[in-house]
Amino acid sequence: MPKPEEIKARIEAALPGSRVEVEDFTGGGDHFRATVESPAFAGKTVLEQHRMVYEIFGAEIGGPIHALSLKTKPL
Amino acid sequence: MAMSTIEIDAQERQELREQIEKVIAEHEVVLFMKGTPEAPACGFSARTVAILQALGKPFAAVDVLVDPRIRQELSALSNWPTIPQLFVRGELVGGCDIATELFESGELAKLLGVEQPTQPPEEQGVGLTQIENRLG
Repeated sequence: MPKPEEIKARIEAALPGSRVEVEDFTGGGDHFRATVESPAFAGKTVLEQHRMVYEIFGAEIGGPIHALSLKTKPL
Repeated sequence: MAMSTIEIDAQERQELREQIEKVIAEHEVVLFMKGTPEAPACGFSARTVAILQALGKPFAAVDVLVDPRIRQELSALSNWPTIPQLFVRGELVGGCDIATELFESGELAKLLGVEQPTQPPEEQGVGLTQIENRLG
């Protein structure tokens, strides 16, 4: 199961120039909360912004990453 | 004449997808969730239900736990990986996070054509605590 630091690193790699914070909010290793601010989000709806982050993880969402709660904003 | 397993699967999936599309098209507000509004099976679904109930807007609910293929077909359709999924007038609004943000900003009330409530949403307990809630 991934760690918050890994999730953060993957988001940063996929969205260069972004500010990312990830925490494990149940302590159980599979429910994460991420705040992502990225220039790539400019002009995109919140829906599209969230989709961009989920797409980084593909099929892992719902699996090893049971839950990834998101707050996103353009930077 | 026996059809191959693959053909049957594809046909059932197509029917399932059509059913899902129909539900989305025929109801102004649809929530695909885990469990039911009376008995949500996950905290995110419970929170989204509570928001819709606080807004007083009638909605159709689909329990995706009934059949794992519902979730698969829904995600393929909506291009969204998680549950719950809230649709309004045929379009995906988002999951619990987005619904919460839009609720707090008053945008969800506007989208649904209702007044922003003054009371905060009351979340139904998930699981056993529901019995206690009803007696209390």
